[in-house]
Amino acid sequence: MTPAGLEISGGETALFWVIAPLMVLAALGLLFVKRAVHAAMCLVFVMVSMAILYIAQEAPFLGVVQVVVYTGAVMMLFLFVLMLVGVDASDSLTETIRGQRWIGVLIGIGLAAVLAGVVARAAFPPAVGLSGGDPGGIANPTALARVLFGDYGVAMEAVGVLLVTAAVGALVLTHRRRLTPKRTQRSVADSRIKALPDGVVLTPLPSPGVYARSNAMDTPALGPDGEQVPQSVSRVLRIRGQERPAPDIPAAELVETRVSAEEEA
Amino acid sequence: MNPLILAEAAPGVTADFSQETIWASIVKAVLIVVFLLTSVLFAIWFERKVVARMQVRPGPNWHGPFGLLQSLADAMKLLLKEDLTVTRADRFVYLLAPMISVFCSLLVFAVIPFGPSVSFPWTDWTTPAQLTDFPVAVLYVLAAASLGVYGIVLGGWASGSTYPLLGSVRSTAQVISYELAMGLSLVSVFIMSGSMSTSQIVDSQTQIWWFIPLAPAFVIYVISMIGETNRLPFDLPEAEGELVSGYMTEYSSMKFAWFFLAEYINMLNVSAVAVTLFLGGWRAPVPDGFLGGALNEGWLPILWFLVKLWAVMFVFVWVRGTLLRLRYDQFMVFGWKVLIPVALGWVVVLAVVQWLQRVQQVSFQQFIPVIVGAAIVFIAVMWFWPEKKEAPPGAGEEKEPVDAFAGGFPVPPLPGEKLPPSKRFGKEVHGE
Repeated sequence: MTPAGLEISGGETALFWVIAPLMVLAALGLLFVKRAVHAAMCLVFVMVSMAILYIAQEAPFLGVVQVVVYTGAVMMLFLFVLMLVGVDASDSLTETIRGQRWIGVLIGIGLAAVLAGVVARAAFPPAVGLSGGDPGGIANPTALARVLFGDYGVAMEAVGVLLVTAAVGALVLTHRRRLTPKRTQRSVADSRIKALPDGVVLTPLPSPGVYARSNAMDTPALGPDGEQVPQSVSRVLRIRGQERPAPDIPAAELVETRVSAEEEA
Repeated sequence: MNPLILAEAAPGVTADFSQETIWASIVKAVLIVVFLLTSVLFAIWFERKVVARMQVRPGPNWHGPFGLLQSLADAMKLLLKEDLTVTRADRFVYLLAPMISVFCSLLVFAVIPFGPSVSFPWTDWTTPAQLTDFPVAVLYVLAAASLGVYGIVLGGWASGSTYPLLGSVRSTAQVISYELAMGLSLVSVFIMSGSMSTSQIVDSQTQIWWFIPLAPAFVIYVISMIGETNRLPFDLPEAEGELVSGYMTEYSSMKFAWFFLAEYINMLNVSAVAVTLFLGGWRAPVPDGFLGGALNEGWLPILWFLVKLWAVMFVFVWVRGTLLRLRYDQFMVFGWKVLIPVALGWVVVLAVVQWLQRVQQVSFQQFIPVIVGAAIVFIAVMWFWPEKKEAPPGAGEEKEPVDAFAGGFPVPPLPGEKLPPSKRFGKEVHGE
């Protein structure tokens, strides 16, 4: 396809043949891996490789923006949601919509047919090279800016308005009216002080006990009177019933502590 | 010609790479990596020493002269430690995450100009003191930074444990929101210098360094660069008081060292970008034309660049030694409700001013009344703005004397409360 005088360098060819198979592998991985985060990583790999190919074809602006926008922002948000929702294990394969699978297969076949038709009928004009695409030899971003904000200014504005509308719409849809007053740091502190007579402790709770034979979180601490302080063990452990029962604490240690406490007194 | 390595003298780039061979590029790349690794060792020592002096203690002073070899000893210790992999970890991603962090942090210095063209003695060979440059070099820096976050995010996720996951979720939100403010502050530099290539931006600061005319953008950049690198007071992804050590809790030995390395290289990266974009790059801190410009030629500018780089690094340490960590929601509110609107407003004002100057040919003198007027209006508004009247505590309540002994033991009155008059008031002491 390359006309005379327009040769693709050996380096670029090598780069293509190294990256392209890896990209195909990653794209297949996107379809077949089980965990959602792995699929996202495959997609990120495809995007970054594509950016490298763009840069190799002397379109650095396109390549870099591809990474900044898609990989840096969009995929990061995807990953964020994946981690928040905790889609950890593989998804269940039960159909939630009746006949979903058959509809999917039909639409897939239709898309494949359309794509095959387009590819088969495509006729590539002879390549013109970069000098043809970059008239006047102006730098890449400058030329793009001229086109976007000069020739297609109205379209850009329309897209901008559309995006802002979508963002405002998302905010409106997820907005909830506040039913209770906002809890600030000050109001939380005040309510805790007010609850003081009801047995709320303002200071940090005592930490669990550390003795010669155990330094575990499940051992209750001993108070100054030598008695165990149950609140010192984490609430979660207490609810789960994983607190260390009192007889397990070596009697000798208890006595020692008590004696030393008395001595100090 | 390989376009990846041997970009021809692209339009919109000042540095001249026409004499560049592939071997020169390889040598430069190796030099940059060596520079970064030794700088990290030095930076750890520097940070510990400076923070120590701020806290009135000597800091590391045992290994080597001035304790300089302390970080080397620490690195050796990390190398020799046991390499743990948590049972619940996703092994492949767990190993991949620190690599992503380090590789992405190493990318940025490729476009940072250390100096102008340098010539080698006894040859007629000159080369720019910079690995490469292209018309969108600063965007490339942003791209490398945004890829580096994947290391943190995946590291937290792959550890299969709660604190690392919380750390990585925090870091995602933090980096996305602070990258916006950072990008907007860089836009004003693009507007002023008319380019996104680093060598051209340095070239455009011949008359004045951009941090003076673009002071608001510089302040926003400095704040968001600390947020981007997860340093105090914005180190919420690894807040040890809350999350043990965030995304790297489950990492040990060399994998931990890689995260550590990436963090310090990232500090160097953002400092270098600040120097290049706002602080004149490699230009000497003297007026243009001083000594016939001799200070801006040859190998000397590399010295200026390094001095400025370490001055910005000092600011990092200084901020760390001074400020406390923010609460997470306050940090987010600050990013979205203060930094981004201010950055946006600044870009709009700057664009309008530039349009007036360049297209409408309005001279700077004609701006002065407008600036003075705006300042007067601002001061007047601030002056006459009604002060928020804070209701004194307990203002609306009945002033009833409190019983100080209600709880069984005496307590002093809270603000607004009044003690009953003492029973002994006015009585005389009967006695002898």
